[in-house]
Amino acid sequence: MPAVQETVEQVRAIDVDQYKYGFSTEIEMELAPKGLSEDIVRYISARKNEPAWMLEWRLDAYRRWLTMREPDWARVDYPQIDFQDMYYYAAPKSNAAPKSLDEIDPAILETYKKLGIPLREQEILAGVAPENRIAVDAVFDSVSVVTTFKEELKKSGVIFSSISEALHEHPELVKQYIGSVVPTTDNYYATLNAAVFSDGSFVYIPPGVRCPMELSTYFRINEQKTGQFERTLIIADKGSYVSYLEGCTAPMRDENQLHAAVVELIAHDDAEIKYSTVQNWYPGDSQGKGGIYNFVTKRGDCRGARSKISWTQVETGSAITWKYPSCILRGDDSQGEFYSIAVSNGAQQVDSGTKMIHLGKNTRSRIISKGISAGRSQNTYRGLVSAHRRATNAKNFTNCDSLLIGNACGAHTVPYIESKTASAVFEHEATTSKVSEDQMFYCMQRGLTQEEAIALIVNGFVKDVLQQLPMEFMVEAQKLIAISLEGSVG
Amino acid sequence: MSLLEIKNLTAKLADEDKQILNGLNLTVEKGQVAAIMGPNGSGKSTLSYVLAGREDYEVTDGEALLDGENILDLSPDERAAKGLFLAFQYPIEIPGVGQMTFLKAAVNAQRRKNGLDDMPTPEFMKLVNGRAKELGISPDMLRRSVNVGFSGGEKKRNESLQMALLQPKLAILDETDSGLDIDALKIVADGVNAMRSPDRGFVVITHYQRLLDYIKPDVVHVLSAGRIIKSGGAELALELEANGYADIVGKAA
Repeated sequence: MPAVQETVEQVRAIDVDQYKYGFSTEIEMELAPKGLSEDIVRYISARKNEPAWMLEWRLDAYRRWLTMREPDWARVDYPQIDFQDMYYYAAPKSNAAPKSLDEIDPAILETYKKLGIPLREQEILAGVAPENRIAVDAVFDSVSVVTTFKEELKKSGVIFSSISEALHEHPELVKQYIGSVVPTTDNYYATLNAAVFSDGSFVYIPPGVRCPMELSTYFRINEQKTGQFERTLIIADKGSYVSYLEGCTAPMRDENQLHAAVVELIAHDDAEIKYSTVQNWYPGDSQGKGGIYNFVTKRGDCRGARSKISWTQVETGSAITWKYPSCILRGDDSQGEFYSIAVSNGAQQVDSGTKMIHLGKNTRSRIISKGISAGRSQNTYRGLVSAHRRATNAKNFTNCDSLLIGNACGAHTVPYIESKTASAVFEHEATTSKVSEDQMFYCMQRGLTQEEAIALIVNGFVKDVLQQLPMEFMVEAQKLIAISLEGSVG
Repeated sequence: MSLLEIKNLTAKLADEDKQILNGLNLTVEKGQVAAIMGPNGSGKSTLSYVLAGREDYEVTDGEALLDGENILDLSPDERAAKGLFLAFQYPIEIPGVGQMTFLKAAVNAQRRKNGLDDMPTPEFMKLVNGRAKELGISPDMLRRSVNVGFSGGEKKRNESLQMALLQPKLAILDETDSGLDIDALKIVADGVNAMRSPDRGFVVITHYQRLLDYIKPDVVHVLSAGRIIKSGGAELALELEANGYADIVGKAA
């Protein structure tokens, strides 16, 4: 209950606009020339001082991208994107290559502080028990500005850095794994990302190591007219474990900004990766003006036997979300999980879901999706569960629940199920319900205000998924959901 | 001053023209248990919903004073905080919301509206466990989601528990006896009887006299076509049981 109360207080504290991360930071930036061309791709690669093979890899992707067409099968609607009318690289000027926090522009540190992400290790250490520490990679527009707790992680052999840095310090690892889960040819936005990605996080967990703390990346788009194209690569070697969380916010601007990220996860034999996202990009105003286009490709490869990859996402932001975190269950006895809460309000459009591709024997997957639509928003679950001929005894359980608040929004469920083996067992359950007037009246008769009643009912609806989030983020996510639904009734 | 004074209350469903309450007058004193009986469609449930502030109904005339204050312009949660409690005929399920979470939310929401601090958790736990035990509510029931998977009897006992925790000034029991076997009925009635006090009033809405064997009313009112057509003592209920409604309703018409 305290969370519900806090939620409501937080909602009240937010006066006119509900989005509290909408401020922008005044800071001198270095921008690439506007638009997209081979020269821009070369520019980005040069800025990062990349090895020649990386530039070739980017150029290949770029040339392929030119031949591709934007996908139009999703249930989202937006005007044609002018790819020449944006910047593909924006980095704080003062921040060429900071060696320590003292060299980082104080405006950036202040920005993260305001977002509730302390970057100074001593500040983090002051208030937190060792087991609750979180290492953060902070990505500001196109570059990673700092990664905390690197030294401490190194002691257990864990590599956690920006991907630019990894390209220099562990080129063999990057070369071996990058594009091995999401190939450069994968899809329009992933191919674009391969050509122009600027930064992102890199994680390697050595065999048998349980990562001693939560890892996280905090993405912030600040500059105007800038796209963010980050690329994250996480490798869990045999028998290792890592839990990783990403968060994202952006200033309120009345233009649309593109965020086209790629995330690749690789789990070897007996390894486990737990990847959680709290996505809170600026959603645009209630009329649908502005907001982030979140066109993201996330895929995990359960490469080894008995490996496990688990995606948990809480999606409340973005004007448009187009995102299907997936698992390739290649290793025998591997497991994939997808837990999702997607909240849409105002004029937001969400087309999100997952793909569970069963290739190995005795592979199991589980999908729990909770969609909540309010305002005039449209919220679609789109998911594929497939079993290859060799995937004997593949099992999937899918549960998609949609909750409607008000009568101007829409919820859609589009499941695809393909099985080429007779021994596969796929179960699919779906429900659509409305926050009923009976429930609201019952809660209010007991003394809860309308806001409190909605928060309580919705938190009940998403409980199964919230429980999958790391403890520290559960309460945060709960609040976020309630804030996103402010003004959705009455 | 009377606890509840309803004057000339006229109400209809918000999206229909047909009046359901037609100039209803009713007074309930502090310490009183008033039974309201009436045939199907006489407006019994409408009366309880209108008093509690359900949106589907529109009050077209009249007023309802709780402790002298007209409550008809207040929202349902404000009425609740002023001490009005409605025990639902069909308690509502809220999946995923734990009983304890719900009960605590309700208790603290009302406390806050009345300028009190939240109840400290240990005190709250003690209170709930104590009341639950009196009402034969198992710890397992307290761990489940609100009313989800509860039997009819369990749901009604759960309403009694909420009433006991919220300590209302005026409790309206809407056909509490429906769907209950005798044993469950006794437990619920005991819960109500234990709460009878000189400061509290009850409006017991029922179709059958049976419930009134266990909750002895001070007065019985007969509701027909949206107004009170006859009032009397407990013996009036027995008379209705013996002769049916047709007799009285016929005379009034």
